[in-house]
Amino acid sequence: MINFNYLRVSTTKGAVDAIVRDSAAQWIAGGTNLIDLMKKGVMSPQKLVDINNLPLKEIKKEGNKLVIGALALNSAVADNELVRKEQPLLSLALQAGASAQLRNMATVGGNMMQRTRCPYFYNPDMPCNKREPGTGCGALKGFNRMHAIFGASDKCIAVHPSDMSIALVALDSTVLVSGPKGDRRIPFQNFHRLPGDLPQKDNTLERGELIVAVEIPDNKLNKNVHYLKVRDRASYAFALVSVAAAVDLQGDTIKDVRLAMGGVAHKPWRLMEAELFLKGKPASEANFREAAALAMKDAKGYGHNNFKLKLAPNTLVEALKTATGKG
Amino acid sequence: MAKKDSGKDRLDENELNKGRRNFLKQSSVLTALAVTPTALVKAAEEGLDEKAAGYFEKMALSIEINGVNHNLSIEPRTTLLDLMREQLALTGTKKGCDHGQCGACTVHVDGNRVLSCLTLGVMMQGKKITTIEGLADGDKLHPMQEAFIKHDGFQCGYCTPGQIMSGIACIREGHANSDEEIREYMSGNICRCGAYPNIVKAIADVKKGGQKL
Repeated sequence: MINFNYLRVSTTKGAVDAIVRDSAAQWIAGGTNLIDLMKKGVMSPQKLVDINNLPLKEIKKEGNKLVIGALALNSAVADNELVRKEQPLLSLALQAGASAQLRNMATVGGNMMQRTRCPYFYNPDMPCNKREPGTGCGALKGFNRMHAIFGASDKCIAVHPSDMSIALVALDSTVLVSGPKGDRRIPFQNFHRLPGDLPQKDNTLERGELIVAVEIPDNKLNKNVHYLKVRDRASYAFALVSVAAAVDLQGDTIKDVRLAMGGVAHKPWRLMEAELFLKGKPASEANFREAAALAMKDAKGYGHNNFKLKLAPNTLVEALKTATGKG
Repeated sequence: MAKKDSGKDRLDENELNKGRRNFLKQSSVLTALAVTPTALVKAAEEGLDEKAAGYFEKMALSIEINGVNHNLSIEPRTTLLDLMREQLALTGTKKGCDHGQCGACTVHVDGNRVLSCLTLGVMMQGKKITTIEGLADGDKLHPMQEAFIKHDGFQCGYCTPGQIMSGIACIREGHANSDEEIREYMSGNICRCGAYPNIVKAIADVKKGGQKL
Protein backbone atom coordinates (compact mmCIF):
# COMPACT_ATOMS: atom_id res chain seq x y z
CA MET A 1 0.00 0.00 0.00
CA ILE A 2 1.26 3.51 -0.78
CA ASN A 3 1.69 5.76 2.20
CA PHE A 4 -0.71 8.59 2.93
CA ASN A 5 -1.59 11.36 5.31
CA TYR A 6 -3.95 10.53 8.11
CA LEU A 7 -6.29 12.96 9.80
CA ARG A 8 -8.78 12.23 12.56
CA VAL A 9 -11.83 14.48 12.79
CA SER A 10 -14.64 14.61 15.34
CA THR A 11 -17.32 16.85 13.82
CA THR A 12 -19.33 16.72 10.59
CA LYS A 13 -18.12 20.20 9.72
CA GLY A 14 -14.51 19.21 10.33
CA ALA A 15 -15.00 16.16 8.12
CA VAL A 16 -16.52 18.19 5.28
CA ASP A 17 -13.89 20.96 5.53
CA ALA A 18 -11.04 18.46 5.41
CA ILE A 19 -12.33 17.00 2.14
CA VAL A 20 -13.24 20.31 0.53
CA ARG A 21 -9.82 21.82 1.13
CA ASP A 22 -7.85 18.84 -0.20
CA SER A 23 -8.79 17.28 -3.53
CA ALA A 24 -6.65 14.20 -2.86
CA ALA A 25 -8.32 13.44 0.47
CA GLN A 26 -10.95 10.83 1.13
CA TRP A 27 -13.03 9.80 4.14
CA ILE A 28 -12.52 6.46 5.81
CA ALA A 29 -15.11 4.79 8.05
CA GLY A 30 -15.03 0.97 8.36
CA GLY A 31 -12.42 0.80 5.61
CA THR A 32 -13.34 -2.76 4.61
CA ASN A 33 -13.56 -1.88 0.91
CA LEU A 34 -11.25 1.15 0.71
CA ILE A 35 -8.23 -0.49 2.36
CA ASP A 36 -8.61 -3.50 0.09
CA LEU A 37 -8.73 -1.22 -2.97
CA MET A 38 -5.68 0.69 -1.73
CA LYS A 39 -3.74 -2.55 -1.28
CA LYS A 40 -4.58 -3.47 -4.87
CA GLY A 41 -3.54 -0.05 -6.17
CA VAL A 42 -7.06 0.62 -7.48
CA MET A 43 -7.50 3.66 -5.27
CA SER A 44 -4.72 5.83 -3.93
CA PRO A 45 -5.97 8.75 -1.84
CA GLN A 46 -3.11 10.87 -0.52
CA LYS A 47 -4.95 11.62 2.67
CA LEU A 48 -7.41 9.59 4.71
CA VAL A 49 -9.82 11.52 6.90
CA ASP A 50 -11.01 9.20 9.67
CA ILE A 51 -14.66 9.97 10.51
CA ASN A 52 -15.21 7.20 13.06
CA ASN A 53 -15.31 9.66 15.97
CA LEU A 54 -18.30 11.52 14.54
CA PRO A 55 -21.47 11.04 16.61
CA LEU A 56 -23.42 9.27 13.85
CA LYS A 57 -24.00 5.79 15.28
CA GLU A 58 -27.48 6.17 16.70
CA ILE A 59 -30.54 4.17 15.60
CA LYS A 60 -33.76 5.88 16.70
CA LYS A 61 -37.41 6.67 15.98
CA GLU A 62 -38.23 10.20 14.89
CA GLY A 63 -41.99 10.52 14.63
CA ASN A 64 -42.97 7.45 12.66
CA LYS A 65 -39.64 7.29 10.82
CA LEU A 66 -36.70 5.09 11.65
CA VAL A 67 -33.45 7.06 11.46
CA ILE A 68 -30.17 5.18 11.24
CA GLY A 69 -26.89 7.02 11.71
CA ALA A 70 -24.40 6.68 8.86
CA LEU A 71 -21.75 5.22 11.16
CA ALA A 72 -23.99 2.56 12.71
CA LEU A 73 -22.29 -0.77 12.09
CA ASN A 74 -23.95 -3.26 9.76
CA SER A 75 -24.05 -5.82 12.61
CA ALA A 76 -25.54 -3.27 15.04
CA VAL A 77 -28.32 -2.41 12.58
CA ALA A 78 -29.04 -6.06 11.71
CA ASP A 79 -29.34 -7.01 15.40
CA ASN A 80 -31.16 -3.85 16.53
CA GLU A 81 -34.55 -4.59 18.15
CA LEU A 82 -36.26 -1.59 16.56
CA VAL A 83 -34.99 -2.55 13.08
CA ARG A 84 -35.95 -6.20 13.52
CA LYS A 85 -39.44 -5.27 14.65
CA GLU A 86 -40.24 -2.42 12.24
CA GLN A 87 -38.02 -3.05 9.21
CA PRO A 88 -37.14 -6.75 9.27
CA LEU A 89 -36.37 -6.70 5.53
CA LEU A 90 -33.36 -4.46 6.23
CA SER A 91 -32.14 -6.82 8.94
CA LEU A 92 -32.44 -9.82 6.59
CA ALA A 93 -30.56 -8.05 3.78
CA LEU A 94 -27.75 -7.01 6.12
CA GLN A 95 -27.38 -10.53 7.49
CA ALA A 96 -27.05 -11.84 3.92
CA GLY A 97 -24.10 -9.54 3.25
CA ALA A 98 -20.39 -10.19 3.80
CA SER A 99 -19.30 -12.05 6.97
CA ALA A 100 -19.83 -11.51 10.69
CA GLN A 101 -16.37 -9.90 10.99
CA LEU A 102 -16.95 -7.51 8.08
CA ARG A 103 -20.41 -6.57 9.38
CA ASN A 104 -18.73 -5.64 12.68
CA MET A 105 -16.54 -3.16 10.79
CA ALA A 106 -18.64 -1.88 7.89
CA THR A 107 -20.93 1.12 8.41
CA VAL A 108 -24.27 1.98 6.82
CA GLY A 109 -22.79 4.91 4.89
CA GLY A 110 -19.78 2.88 3.80
CA ASN A 111 -21.98 0.02 2.64
CA MET A 112 -23.73 2.42 0.26
CA MET A 113 -20.39 3.84 -0.89
CA GLN A 114 -18.68 0.51 -1.61
CA ARG A 115 -17.37 0.05 -5.14
CA THR A 116 -18.30 -2.66 -7.60
CA ARG A 117 -16.56 -6.03 -7.29
CA CYS A 118 -16.10 -6.27 -11.08
CA PRO A 119 -12.74 -8.07 -11.52
CA TYR A 120 -11.73 -5.66 -14.30
CA PHE A 121 -12.21 -2.73 -11.93
CA TYR A 122 -10.11 -4.56 -9.34
CA ASN A 123 -7.16 -5.25 -11.63
CA PRO A 124 -5.12 -2.16 -12.61
CA ASP A 125 -3.58 -4.14 -15.51
CA MET A 126 -7.00 -4.41 -17.18
CA PRO A 127 -9.02 -1.76 -18.99
CA CYS A 128 -11.87 -0.27 -16.94
CA ASN A 129 -13.79 2.94 -17.56
CA LYS A 130 -14.82 3.12 -13.93
CA ARG A 131 -11.24 2.99 -12.64
CA GLU A 132 -9.61 4.85 -15.53
CA PRO A 133 -12.15 6.62 -17.77
CA GLY A 134 -11.44 6.12 -21.45
CA THR A 135 -9.60 2.81 -21.18
CA GLY A 136 -12.65 0.77 -22.22
CA CYS A 137 -14.77 -1.88 -20.51
CA GLY A 138 -12.98 -5.20 -20.14
CA ALA A 139 -16.12 -6.99 -19.04
CA LEU A 140 -18.27 -6.07 -22.05
CA LYS A 141 -16.72 -8.82 -24.19
CA GLY A 142 -14.78 -10.49 -21.40
CA PHE A 143 -15.74 -12.62 -18.42
CA ASN A 144 -19.06 -11.09 -17.43
CA ARG A 145 -20.79 -13.80 -15.45
CA MET A 146 -21.39 -11.52 -12.43
CA HIS A 147 -22.45 -8.52 -14.49
CA ALA A 148 -25.52 -6.37 -15.13
CA ILE A 149 -28.63 -7.29 -17.07
CA PHE A 150 -30.43 -3.96 -16.50
CA GLY A 151 -29.47 -0.36 -17.27
CA ALA A 152 -25.88 -0.98 -18.37
CA SER A 153 -24.05 1.02 -21.05
CA ASP A 154 -21.28 0.17 -23.49
CA LYS A 155 -18.98 2.01 -21.09
CA CYS A 156 -19.70 -0.19 -18.05
CA ILE A 157 -21.70 -3.31 -17.18
CA ALA A 158 -20.68 -3.55 -13.52
CA VAL A 159 -23.17 -4.16 -10.71
CA HIS A 160 -23.47 -2.56 -7.28
CA PRO A 161 -22.63 -5.24 -4.70
CA SER A 162 -24.60 -4.03 -1.65
CA ASP A 163 -27.36 -6.18 -0.12
CA MET A 164 -28.36 -3.54 2.41
CA SER A 165 -29.06 -1.04 -0.37
CA ILE A 166 -31.51 -3.43 -2.07
CA ALA A 167 -33.66 -3.40 1.07
CA LEU A 168 -33.26 0.36 1.53
CA VAL A 169 -34.37 1.17 -2.02
CA ALA A 170 -37.36 -1.15 -1.65
CA LEU A 171 -38.37 0.57 1.60
CA ASP A 172 -38.54 4.09 0.09
CA SER A 173 -35.64 5.30 2.23
CA THR A 174 -34.09 8.74 2.11
CA VAL A 175 -30.39 9.53 2.42
CA LEU A 176 -29.50 12.54 4.59
CA VAL A 177 -26.28 14.27 3.57
CA SER A 178 -24.36 17.25 4.85
CA GLY A 179 -22.01 19.20 2.60
CA PRO A 180 -20.26 22.49 1.99
CA LYS A 181 -23.54 24.01 0.74
CA GLY A 182 -25.58 22.70 3.66
CA ASP A 183 -27.84 19.70 4.20
CA ARG A 184 -29.71 17.79 1.54
CA ARG A 185 -32.15 14.86 1.34
CA ILE A 186 -31.73 12.35 -1.49
CA PRO A 187 -34.40 9.72 -2.18
CA PHE A 188 -32.56 6.39 -2.02
CA GLN A 189 -33.67 5.60 -5.54
CA ASN A 190 -31.74 8.63 -6.82
CA PHE A 191 -28.66 8.03 -4.70
CA HIS A 192 -26.90 5.48 -6.89
CA ARG A 193 -26.79 6.08 -10.62
CA LEU A 194 -26.62 4.14 -13.87
CA PRO A 195 -23.24 4.12 -15.65
CA GLY A 196 -24.17 5.98 -18.85
CA ASP A 197 -21.11 7.82 -20.09
CA LEU A 198 -19.76 8.46 -16.59
CA PRO A 199 -19.22 5.03 -15.01
CA GLN A 200 -16.61 6.54 -12.70
CA LYS A 201 -19.50 8.16 -10.83
CA ASP A 202 -21.24 5.55 -8.66
CA ASN A 203 -23.71 7.97 -7.07
CA THR A 204 -25.13 11.48 -7.11
CA LEU A 205 -23.16 12.87 -4.17
CA GLU A 206 -21.17 16.00 -4.83
CA ARG A 207 -17.62 16.47 -3.61
CA GLY A 208 -17.64 17.13 0.10
CA GLU A 209 -21.11 15.73 0.76
CA LEU A 210 -21.10 13.34 3.71
CA ILE A 211 -23.83 10.79 4.39
CA VAL A 212 -25.05 11.44 7.94
CA ALA A 213 -28.10 9.16 8.17
CA VAL A 214 -30.66 7.04 6.37
CA GLU A 215 -34.35 7.51 7.07
CA ILE A 216 -37.00 4.82 6.54
CA PRO A 217 -40.70 5.73 6.61
CA ASP A 218 -43.17 3.54 8.47
CA ASN A 219 -44.70 1.77 5.48
CA LYS A 220 -46.47 -1.02 7.39
CA LEU A 221 -44.43 -3.56 5.45
CA ASN A 222 -42.97 -5.47 8.35
CA LYS A 223 -44.92 -8.73 8.30
CA ASN A 224 -44.56 -10.47 4.95
CA VAL A 225 -40.96 -9.85 3.98
CA HIS A 226 -38.15 -11.88 2.46
CA TYR A 227 -34.63 -11.28 1.17
CA LEU A 228 -33.56 -14.07 -1.16
CA LYS A 229 -29.92 -14.06 -2.24
CA VAL A 230 -28.70 -16.54 -4.83
CA ARG A 231 -24.92 -16.98 -4.88
CA ASP A 232 -22.17 -19.43 -5.75
CA ARG A 233 -21.89 -20.69 -2.18
CA ALA A 234 -24.40 -20.76 0.65
CA SER A 235 -22.89 -17.85 2.57
CA TYR A 236 -20.24 -15.13 2.31
CA ALA A 237 -20.41 -14.46 -1.44
CA PHE A 238 -21.72 -11.64 -3.59
CA ALA A 239 -25.15 -12.06 -5.14
CA LEU A 240 -25.65 -13.46 -8.60
CA VAL A 241 -29.20 -12.25 -8.14
CA SER A 242 -30.98 -11.14 -4.99
CA VAL A 243 -34.55 -10.02 -4.36
CA ALA A 244 -35.97 -7.90 -1.56
CA ALA A 245 -39.72 -8.36 -1.20
CA ALA A 246 -42.08 -6.70 1.28
CA VAL A 247 -45.81 -7.30 1.01
CA ASP A 248 -48.81 -5.91 2.85
CA LEU A 249 -51.10 -8.91 2.62
CA GLN A 250 -54.81 -8.70 3.51
CA GLY A 251 -56.14 -12.23 3.41
CA ASP A 252 -55.06 -13.42 -0.03
CA THR A 253 -54.91 -9.95 -1.54
CA ILE A 254 -51.76 -7.92 -2.04
CA LYS A 255 -52.71 -4.51 -0.66
CA ASP A 256 -49.25 -3.02 -1.10
CA VAL A 257 -45.86 -4.33 -2.18
CA ARG A 258 -42.22 -3.27 -2.59
CA LEU A 259 -39.75 -5.14 -4.78
CA ALA A 260 -36.08 -4.60 -5.60
CA MET A 261 -33.33 -6.67 -7.16
CA GLY A 262 -29.60 -6.87 -6.47
CA GLY A 263 -26.72 -8.20 -8.55
CA VAL A 264 -28.41 -7.06 -11.74
CA ALA A 265 -27.55 -3.38 -12.24
CA HIS A 266 -25.15 -0.52 -11.52
CA LYS A 267 -27.63 0.59 -8.85
CA PRO A 268 -30.12 -1.15 -6.55
CA TRP A 269 -32.87 -2.06 -9.01
CA ARG A 270 -36.38 -1.17 -7.92
CA LEU A 271 -39.20 -3.04 -9.73
CA MET A 272 -42.00 -0.46 -9.87
CA GLU A 273 -43.85 -1.96 -12.79
CA ALA A 274 -44.07 -5.37 -11.12
CA GLU A 275 -45.24 -3.68 -7.90
CA LEU A 276 -47.97 -1.79 -9.73
CA PHE A 277 -49.16 -4.97 -11.43
CA LEU A 278 -49.39 -6.90 -8.15
CA LYS A 279 -51.23 -4.23 -6.15
CA GLY A 280 -54.80 -5.32 -5.47
CA LYS A 281 -54.32 -8.76 -7.00
CA PRO A 282 -54.47 -12.13 -5.27
CA ALA A 283 -51.12 -13.54 -4.12
CA SER A 284 -50.71 -16.48 -6.49
CA GLU A 285 -47.87 -18.05 -8.40
CA ALA A 286 -49.51 -17.08 -11.70
CA ASN A 287 -49.55 -13.41 -10.68
CA PHE A 288 -45.99 -13.61 -9.34
CA ARG A 289 -44.89 -15.08 -12.71
CA GLU A 290 -46.62 -12.31 -14.63
CA ALA A 291 -45.06 -9.65 -12.40
CA ALA A 292 -41.64 -11.26 -12.94
CA ALA A 293 -42.15 -11.17 -16.71
CA LEU A 294 -42.92 -7.44 -16.46
CA ALA A 295 -39.83 -6.91 -14.32
CA MET A 296 -37.65 -8.61 -16.94
CA LYS A 297 -38.96 -6.64 -19.91
CA ASP A 298 -35.81 -4.59 -20.56
CA ALA A 299 -33.27 -7.16 -19.40
CA LYS A 300 -30.25 -7.89 -21.58
CA GLY A 301 -27.53 -10.51 -21.20
CA TYR A 302 -23.89 -10.10 -22.22
CA GLY A 303 -22.94 -13.73 -22.78
CA HIS A 304 -21.62 -15.32 -19.62
CA ASN A 305 -24.41 -13.74 -17.57
CA ASN A 306 -27.29 -14.84 -19.81
CA PHE A 307 -28.30 -17.33 -17.11
CA LYS A 308 -29.45 -14.36 -15.01
CA LEU A 309 -32.28 -13.77 -17.49
CA LYS A 310 -33.85 -16.97 -16.14
CA LEU A 311 -32.48 -16.85 -12.63
CA ALA A 312 -33.76 -13.32 -11.92
CA PRO A 313 -37.49 -13.93 -12.56
CA ASN A 314 -37.33 -17.28 -10.77
CA THR A 315 -35.70 -15.62 -7.76
CA LEU A 316 -38.42 -12.96 -7.74
CA VAL A 317 -41.18 -15.57 -7.79
CA GLU A 318 -39.54 -17.58 -4.99
CA ALA A 319 -39.02 -14.47 -2.86
CA LEU A 320 -42.70 -13.53 -3.25
CA LYS A 321 -43.82 -17.06 -2.43
CA THR A 322 -41.74 -17.09 0.74
CA ALA A 323 -42.75 -13.56 1.76
CA THR A 324 -46.48 -14.23 1.34
CA GLY A 325 -46.57 -17.95 2.13
CA LYS A 326 -48.78 -18.27 -0.97
CA GLY A 327 -48.46 -19.58 -4.48
CA MET B 1 2.04 -1.16 -2.54
CA ALA B 2 4.88 -2.11 -4.85
CA LYS B 3 4.40 -1.18 -8.50
CA LYS B 4 3.64 -4.13 -10.69
CA ASP B 5 6.24 -5.32 -13.16
CA SER B 6 4.11 -4.95 -16.25
CA GLY B 7 5.31 -7.86 -18.43
CA LYS B 8 8.56 -6.99 -20.18
CA ASP B 9 7.81 -9.37 -23.06
CA ARG B 10 4.70 -7.55 -24.20
CA LEU B 11 5.56 -3.91 -24.07
CA ASP B 12 2.74 -2.41 -26.09
CA GLU B 13 1.34 1.08 -26.02
CA ASN B 14 -0.89 0.34 -23.06
CA GLU B 15 2.05 -0.77 -21.04
CA LEU B 16 3.99 2.34 -21.95
CA ASN B 17 1.04 4.41 -20.83
CA LYS B 18 0.88 2.44 -17.61
CA GLY B 19 4.56 3.11 -16.99
CA ARG B 20 3.85 6.77 -17.52
CA ARG B 21 0.93 6.65 -15.13
CA ASN B 22 3.02 4.95 -12.48
CA PHE B 23 5.74 7.55 -12.96
CA LEU B 24 3.16 10.29 -12.51
CA LYS B 25 1.79 8.60 -9.40
CA GLN B 26 5.26 8.37 -7.90
CA SER B 27 6.12 11.93 -8.75
CA SER B 28 2.87 13.16 -7.28
CA VAL B 29 3.78 11.38 -4.05
CA LEU B 30 7.08 13.24 -4.00
CA THR B 31 5.33 16.52 -4.75
CA ALA B 32 2.89 15.87 -1.92
CA LEU B 33 5.80 15.09 0.38
CA ALA B 34 7.30 18.45 -0.45
CA VAL B 35 4.11 20.36 0.30
CA THR B 36 2.91 18.38 3.30
CA PRO B 37 4.58 20.32 6.13
CA THR B 38 2.90 23.54 4.98
CA ALA B 39 -0.44 21.79 4.78
CA LEU B 40 0.02 20.47 8.29
CA VAL B 41 0.99 23.84 9.68
CA LYS B 42 -2.04 25.33 7.94
CA ALA B 43 -4.29 22.65 9.41
CA ALA B 44 -2.93 23.35 12.88
CA GLU B 45 -3.37 27.09 12.45
CA GLU B 46 -6.97 26.67 11.46
CA GLY B 47 -7.61 24.32 14.36
CA LEU B 48 -8.57 21.51 12.02
CA ASP B 49 -9.44 18.81 14.51
CA GLU B 50 -7.05 16.59 16.35
CA LYS B 51 -4.52 14.37 14.71
CA ALA B 52 -2.67 14.53 11.43
CA ALA B 53 0.25 12.54 10.08
CA GLY B 54 2.26 13.36 6.97
CA TYR B 55 3.80 11.13 4.36
CA PHE B 56 6.37 8.76 5.83
CA GLU B 57 5.78 10.44 9.15
CA LYS B 58 5.04 8.05 11.96
CA MET B 59 2.11 8.53 14.25
CA ALA B 60 1.88 7.91 17.95
CA LEU B 61 -0.42 5.05 18.90
CA SER B 62 -1.49 3.79 22.32
CA ILE B 63 -3.04 0.39 22.11
CA GLU B 64 -3.70 -2.45 24.55
CA ILE B 65 -3.04 -5.93 23.21
CA ASN B 66 -3.79 -8.94 25.41
CA GLY B 67 -3.73 -6.76 28.51
CA VAL B 68 -0.37 -5.16 27.71
CA ASN B 69 -0.19 -1.43 26.93
CA HIS B 70 1.92 -0.43 23.97
CA ASN B 71 2.98 3.11 23.13
CA LEU B 72 4.09 2.89 19.53
CA SER B 73 5.05 4.93 16.55
CA ILE B 74 3.69 3.62 13.26
CA GLU B 75 3.14 4.61 9.64
CA PRO B 76 -0.51 5.36 8.81
CA ARG B 77 -0.53 2.56 6.22
CA THR B 78 0.41 -0.16 8.71
CA THR B 79 -2.44 -2.59 9.24
CA LEU B 80 -3.20 -3.92 12.71
CA LEU B 81 -2.18 -7.36 11.41
CA ASP B 82 1.24 -6.21 10.18
CA LEU B 83 1.76 -4.14 13.31
CA MET B 84 1.23 -7.18 15.54
CA ARG B 85 3.16 -9.65 13.42
CA GLU B 86 6.06 -7.50 12.22
CA GLN B 87 6.62 -5.05 15.06
CA LEU B 88 5.34 -6.81 18.15
CA ALA B 89 6.25 -10.42 17.27
CA LEU B 90 2.67 -11.52 17.92
CA THR B 91 2.56 -14.05 15.10
CA GLY B 92 -0.34 -16.09 16.42
CA THR B 93 -2.71 -14.05 14.24
CA LYS B 94 -2.25 -15.34 10.69
CA LYS B 95 -2.06 -13.57 7.37
CA GLY B 96 -4.05 -15.60 4.86
CA CYS B 97 -5.37 -13.58 1.92
CA ASP B 98 -4.63 -10.10 3.35
CA HIS B 99 -7.80 -8.90 1.58
CA GLY B 100 -10.61 -9.69 4.01
CA GLN B 101 -11.73 -12.87 2.31
CA CYS B 102 -10.45 -15.69 4.53
CA GLY B 103 -10.81 -14.73 8.21
CA ALA B 104 -7.38 -16.05 9.28
CA CYS B 105 -6.52 -12.63 10.76
CA THR B 106 -9.63 -12.40 12.98
CA VAL B 107 -9.03 -10.68 16.33
CA HIS B 108 -11.28 -9.02 18.91
CA VAL B 109 -11.36 -5.22 19.17
CA ASP B 110 -13.10 -4.16 22.38
CA GLY B 111 -14.62 -7.65 22.42
CA ASN B 112 -15.93 -7.68 18.83
CA ARG B 113 -14.47 -9.84 16.08
CA VAL B 114 -12.92 -7.92 13.17
CA LEU B 115 -10.41 -8.55 10.39
CA SER B 116 -7.02 -7.16 11.37
CA CYS B 117 -5.80 -7.15 7.73
CA LEU B 118 -8.39 -4.50 6.81
CA THR B 119 -7.86 -2.44 9.96
CA LEU B 120 -5.39 0.42 10.04
CA GLY B 121 -3.29 0.48 13.20
CA VAL B 122 -3.71 4.25 13.59
CA MET B 123 -7.47 3.79 13.76
CA MET B 124 -7.08 1.59 16.87
CA GLN B 125 -6.05 4.44 19.20
CA GLY B 126 -7.11 3.53 22.76
CA LYS B 127 -8.65 0.20 21.75
CA LYS B 128 -8.28 -3.14 23.51
CA ILE B 129 -7.22 -5.98 21.24
CA THR B 130 -7.40 -9.68 22.05
CA THR B 131 -5.55 -12.22 19.92
CA ILE B 132 -5.14 -15.98 20.13
CA GLU B 133 -2.11 -15.37 22.39
CA GLY B 134 -4.35 -13.65 24.93
CA LEU B 135 -6.87 -16.46 25.47
CA ALA B 136 -5.09 -18.96 27.72
CA ASP B 137 -4.73 -18.36 31.44
CA GLY B 138 -1.11 -19.36 31.93
CA ASP B 139 -0.98 -23.06 31.04
CA LYS B 140 -4.74 -23.38 31.20
CA LEU B 141 -6.20 -23.24 27.73
CA HIS B 142 -9.36 -21.32 26.87
CA PRO B 143 -12.46 -23.59 26.65
CA MET B 144 -12.60 -22.98 22.88
CA GLN B 145 -8.97 -24.03 22.49
CA GLU B 146 -9.71 -27.18 24.51
CA ALA B 147 -12.76 -27.89 22.36
CA PHE B 148 -10.81 -27.58 19.10
CA ILE B 149 -8.34 -30.17 20.41
CA LYS B 150 -11.08 -32.46 21.73
CA HIS B 151 -13.04 -32.38 18.46
CA ASP B 152 -10.03 -32.35 16.15
CA GLY B 153 -11.14 -29.00 14.70
CA PHE B 154 -8.14 -28.53 12.43
CA GLN B 155 -5.64 -30.21 10.15
CA CYS B 156 -2.88 -27.83 9.05
CA GLY B 157 -3.86 -25.32 11.73
CA TYR B 158 -3.26 -22.14 9.75
CA CYS B 159 -6.86 -20.91 9.92
CA THR B 160 -7.26 -22.09 13.53
CA PRO B 161 -6.41 -18.87 15.42
CA GLY B 162 -8.99 -17.03 13.31
CA GLN B 163 -11.53 -19.84 13.71
CA ILE B 164 -11.12 -19.83 17.50
CA MET B 165 -11.39 -16.03 17.81
CA SER B 166 -14.43 -16.08 15.55
CA GLY B 167 -16.01 -19.04 17.36
CA ILE B 168 -15.79 -17.30 20.74
CA ALA B 169 -17.41 -14.18 19.26
CA CYS B 170 -20.07 -16.27 17.54
CA ILE B 171 -21.22 -17.60 20.93
CA ARG B 172 -20.98 -14.19 22.63
CA GLU B 173 -23.09 -12.62 19.89
CA GLY B 174 -25.79 -15.23 20.49
CA HIS B 175 -25.45 -16.77 17.03
CA ALA B 176 -24.50 -20.32 18.00
CA ASN B 177 -27.93 -21.74 18.75
CA SER B 178 -27.88 -24.49 16.11
CA ASP B 179 -25.35 -26.12 13.80
CA GLU B 180 -26.96 -24.28 10.92
CA GLU B 181 -26.64 -20.91 12.63
CA ILE B 182 -23.01 -21.64 13.58
CA ARG B 183 -22.21 -22.46 9.95
CA GLU B 184 -23.83 -19.22 8.74
CA TYR B 185 -22.13 -17.01 11.32
CA MET B 186 -18.75 -18.72 10.87
CA SER B 187 -18.82 -18.37 7.08
CA GLY B 188 -16.20 -15.62 7.18
CA ASN B 189 -13.56 -18.13 8.27
CA ILE B 190 -12.36 -20.34 5.44
CA CYS B 191 -10.68 -23.70 6.17
CA ARG B 192 -9.07 -25.18 3.07
CA CYS B 193 -8.42 -28.48 4.86
CA GLY B 194 -12.18 -28.77 5.24
CA ALA B 195 -12.30 -29.27 8.99
CA TYR B 196 -15.69 -27.55 9.11
CA PRO B 197 -17.75 -30.40 10.65
CA ASN B 198 -15.38 -30.61 13.61
CA ILE B 199 -15.13 -26.83 13.97
CA VAL B 200 -18.93 -26.70 14.23
CA LYS B 201 -18.84 -29.53 16.81
CA ALA B 202 -16.24 -27.67 18.88
CA ILE B 203 -18.25 -24.44 18.93
CA ALA B 204 -21.53 -26.24 19.66
CA ASP B 205 -19.82 -28.08 22.53
CA VAL B 206 -18.53 -24.87 24.12
CA LYS B 207 -21.94 -23.26 23.67
CA LYS B 208 -23.59 -26.27 25.36
CA GLY B 209 -21.07 -26.05 28.23
CA GLY B 210 -22.50 -22.61 28.98
CA GLN B 211 -19.24 -21.12 30.31
CA LYS B 212 -18.95 -17.36 30.24
CA LEU B 213 -16.49 -16.56 27.45
